[in-house]
Amino acid sequence: MSRGGPFEGKAVLTGAGKSQVGRRLGRTGLDLTVEACLRAIEDAGLSVDDIDGVASYPGGGVPQPGFSGASTHELQNALGIRATWYMSGAETAGQIGPVIEACMAVALGLANHVVVFRSVWESTAQASGNRASVLSGGGKAAGHLEYFGPFGAVSPSSWLAMPAQRYMHDFGLTREHLGAIAINARAHAGRNADAVYRDPLTMEEYLGSRMISEPFCLYDCDVPCDGATAVIVSRRDATSGLAHPALTVESVGTGMLERATWDQRRDLTTMAAHDAAATMWQRTTLTAKDVDHAELYDGFSYLTVTWLDALGFFPHGEAGQFIGAGERFGLDGSLPLNTSGGQLSGGRLHGLGFLHEACVQLWGEGGDRQATNSPEVAVVAVGGGPVAGSLLLSTH
Amino acid sequence: MNAYTRPDFRLPPQPTAESAAFWTGGERGKLLVMRCRACGHFFHPPAPVCFRCRSLDVAPEATSGRGTVAAFTVNQQQWLPGLPPPYVVAMIELAEDHDVRVTSNVVDVDPKDLRVGLPVEVFFEEWGEGEDRVWIPLFQPATDTHEGELA
Repeated sequence: MSRGGPFEGKAVLTGAGKSQVGRRLGRTGLDLTVEACLRAIEDAGLSVDDIDGVASYPGGGVPQPGFSGASTHELQNALGIRATWYMSGAETAGQIGPVIEACMAVALGLANHVVVFRSVWESTAQASGNRASVLSGGGKAAGHLEYFGPFGAVSPSSWLAMPAQRYMHDFGLTREHLGAIAINARAHAGRNADAVYRDPLTMEEYLGSRMISEPFCLYDCDVPCDGATAVIVSRRDATSGLAHPALTVESVGTGMLERATWDQRRDLTTMAAHDAAATMWQRTTLTAKDVDHAELYDGFSYLTVTWLDALGFFPHGEAGQFIGAGERFGLDGSLPLNTSGGQLSGGRLHGLGFLHEACVQLWGEGGDRQATNSPEVAVVAVGGGPVAGSLLLSTH
Repeated sequence: MNAYTRPDFRLPPQPTAESAAFWTGGERGKLLVMRCRACGHFFHPPAPVCFRCRSLDVAPEATSGRGTVAAFTVNQQQWLPGLPPPYVVAMIELAEDHDVRVTSNVVDVDPKDLRVGLPVEVFFEEWGEGEDRVWIPLFQPATDTHEGELA
């Protein structure tokens, strides 16, 4: 298969690691970050001395408690990494943007092995009364919240419930379809010892749960957790003798073709996800038909629907028909989806958890939750609203 | 949800030089939205340049305050003290320019009557004191329907 992607096959993934994941662990963000990064480095068959790059989303200086477990500086400092390249930021192609930046860095020779991490301790932060407060900053709604806060729309659940409702109106998507996404995640989480919620979820329980912002009920919203995820992005020339076969980054989705807003997009049944997906497919000869594993962001169930729609698994608008009762998303289905339980049941690792799971599946190391189709091409796509980024990975 | 009553609390906006007109037009009963004098389109939120034609010749202009519901949610979760649910958050497409939306609340409507395309009209709620005074634009079902606006 072709290696003519954006990095000509030079950027590969060689390791993945996850810290302890759970609710109210009471550990610091840096502690969790170090655990995940050391596990990823060991998973690759590398040592800390081999790591010469560090990248993360969103970096330091973030006011919301628990949202940023550690900055790149803090990790570099803690592990004494001799970095020839590093970066962090949130204004990038979603929570996966730093992975794409790391691919560029290794392809251009700025680093050989970059550790990319995302860590959160939102559950502990909320339990200690530090719930992210929109009232900070003088008690006024500023920035993008200026046009939402005065109307009580201070949660992404409200911002994203509106386009979800519009897609339902225009195309006949139903709550049962959203429920199929949530139930699929829960079923997979039952085979993931690290997942936060593992008991089976029925459609009856789903439909009967309390509403948050219609059409989103409790089970349409992901669960805050404590945990860190890390992957190793390597230059292919530097991978001989490593633990896993290198995974090729076939293409990346980085587009944002309309304004970065939550409410002004011309077609409310699309999001920046559609722009990221379009740019990803422009950079590869592979197509959606070649994908045999999908890890699609589910901060809200509808965002998985959006990514399925954006990536072109079916003509725009036909998500309901494609989802059905979720049959194709099981381990023995044609498109296993979010097989670690996603963020809905696995916990909100905020983006990189999906990439971790894609690596595990492509390496065939899923154990009880290994997809039976032995996937060779996986798509990982994260973000919602104006936030979007995607990766196409292969074993080729 | 009928018979809207003013809540005890709304999170006040922090107006900027560009957005001040949007938040204060209500003092004279006007919904002021940025318009480009070069291409004629409205746009929102306010900015010092037209995103379509990049003209700098932009200024706030009074609209009819009429529009239609493009998307909505009935929020059922309490997020802010003094602003109890349920309440409707909606994106309102302006009658003047269907590509332009203002996110707000729709009040005085039974949720079962809410629908995409529902005609609505603006009213204003004054909050704050002195320099901090703002007139928050809210929407209610239109009292008389101009069918021509419901394209």
